[in-house]
Amino acid sequence: MMRAWRKFKESYLLYSFLHDKVAIVSFTILLVLVVGSFSAPLIAPHDPYDTATIDIMNSELPPFLLGNGSGSSEFPLGTDSQGRDMLSTMLYGMRISILIGLGAVAMQAALGIMLGLLAGYIGKKVDAVLMRLADIQLSFSTMMVAIVLSAVFQSMFGVGRYEEMAVPFLIIVIGIAEWPQYARTVRASVMAERKKEYVEAARVIGFSSSRIMWRHILPNTLSPILVISTVQVANAVMSEAALSFLGLGMPPTQPSLGSLINSGFEYIFSGSWWITIFPGILLVVLILVINLLGDWLRDVLNPKLYKG
Amino acid sequence: MFAFVIRRILQAVIVMLVISMIGFAIKQNVGDPVRQLTGISVSAAEREALRDQLGLNDPFSVQYVRFLKKALHGDIGQSFFYKKPAMEVILKKAPATLELVFCSGVLIFFLSIPIGIYAAIYPKRIFSRIAMGGSIVGVSIPVFLTAIMLIYIFSIKLGWLPSFGRGETVNIMGWESGLFTGDGLLHLILPTVSLSSIMLPLFIRLIRSEMMEVLESEYIRFAWAKGLHRWRIWFLHAFKNTLLPVITVGGVQIGTMIAFTILTETVFQWQGMGFLFLEAVERSDTSLLVAYLIFVGIVFVIVNTVVDLIYGLVNPMVRVTGRK
Repeated sequence: MMRAWRKFKESYLLYSFLHDKVAIVSFTILLVLVVGSFSAPLIAPHDPYDTATIDIMNSELPPFLLGNGSGSSEFPLGTDSQGRDMLSTMLYGMRISILIGLGAVAMQAALGIMLGLLAGYIGKKVDAVLMRLADIQLSFSTMMVAIVLSAVFQSMFGVGRYEEMAVPFLIIVIGIAEWPQYARTVRASVMAERKKEYVEAARVIGFSSSRIMWRHILPNTLSPILVISTVQVANAVMSEAALSFLGLGMPPTQPSLGSLINSGFEYIFSGSWWITIFPGILLVVLILVINLLGDWLRDVLNPKLYKG
Repeated sequence: MFAFVIRRILQAVIVMLVISMIGFAIKQNVGDPVRQLTGISVSAAEREALRDQLGLNDPFSVQYVRFLKKALHGDIGQSFFYKKPAMEVILKKAPATLELVFCSGVLIFFLSIPIGIYAAIYPKRIFSRIAMGGSIVGVSIPVFLTAIMLIYIFSIKLGWLPSFGRGETVNIMGWESGLFTGDGLLHLILPTVSLSSIMLPLFIRLIRSEMMEVLESEYIRFAWAKGLHRWRIWFLHAFKNTLLPVITVGGVQIGTMIAFTILTETVFQWQGMGFLFLEAVERSDTSLLVAYLIFVGIVFVIVNTVVDLIYGLVNPMVRVTGRK
């Protein structure tokens, strides 16, 4: 334990982190957002899921923190159209957004790593078919695939069922839509690793292909996987927000940041801008810090990959 | 070159077949046409007879071939909301979407190339740094949020620009166009800017990094040594090779653009295909959904094939190494 800690303390990763202001600030903000959203049941002033505490008379109250005397001190960031406290709803919403983002990335990674390993290690026909498939899917853009998939799911299961199961459905939809990114990255590094001597040696010893793939090659492809994982979380959060905004994602009763923005959109014309703008800002900050961290990680772990 | 063209076209046909298969599978599994046609009072036996008559009990492959034959003639089925052939409904809305994509494409083209080149030539200048910093913020803002903020600032607060619809359109040979009326152009501004906002940062970054790489290469150094004028080096020698990857990425991104029109059109109530598609999803109008899929699929496949062919034309290496 102590040794692992010392190793971490002397590592290049920590060194470059402590010497990069952007990384430190992004990481701090991300930490605050994640901790804040996951401890929402403890710190949020209201429970947006508890209909008993919501009073429709409180709807569309302007943010109290703006300080022009309007609103109620009970609701620092105002309320939405149903009288839910914006701050609490946003915290709960961000929790769903982050949860789906992480889940979707786990799903993509599982699919992408498996197929990427197969394509890279076996090669030939398997490689050709899988990569063609990835190319085609990518040419349709992940957004399009996600929209179409969720639309099909929704018409297949009906809106009611879909909304009940929205979280797992969204994870599956975004996971399927984005697997080619992983598969391509993994395949490229597997191709490079496969020719190295340690793989030859393992083969000579007589290890099975699957053992060589999982135990020998995979650990050596981890750093590019880590790099794209960060960026993919940001992408997944963004896709989820877009789907929810279109009404294909989280229902308004259990809103994520995207569905909050959607439900506030119509009120923007009557002057209640905070219902849309606050979750919007939160979403942008969340995505931006993850992207900045991803950029930093890419520079540190893989200088060769760095472009622009 | 000829073999290359043939192979690309063959590939395009296969992709189209796969798309039609997916479309057909959606049509088969979502919704029951017999239930849509008949009321509650129709007995099970009569239903079965109708199923037979409509050929719904035939094997999958027979039905698929029938679907394909009809699709080749442009018949994908009736949209049960519009009571018209689905393809006709889609084609009527297509101009709105295509105009939006076209205008955004033009905007991206004329902004990203100069900014990208400038940032590559003078990477340390203030303007380049602002452009680079701005581009990472730009990538992090979802399109629909950009659109909402633009509406809030320019329509609600300032009241300068309209926030929804296409405005006045003129009919030019069956093409409902908003490009030729002042009102139509005014309505185009906000949607175009929002749609470009995703791609613009990406292209600026791409052009900058490619250009920087090219500027480091041997032949550019040789050109400097030869004493060529810097304009000639930058815009003729370096820029030409920068374009290669930009063409490929550009082709792929058109797909993304069309996907994002769904978002932009929803925010701006733009009466295009994307808006129609979402309506079709809400009403479970399967035929319309499939028609949209196939139409967009055709656009993607054509664009990608053309881009590949252009790429093959510009870059001889593709043709040679692609041959086996």
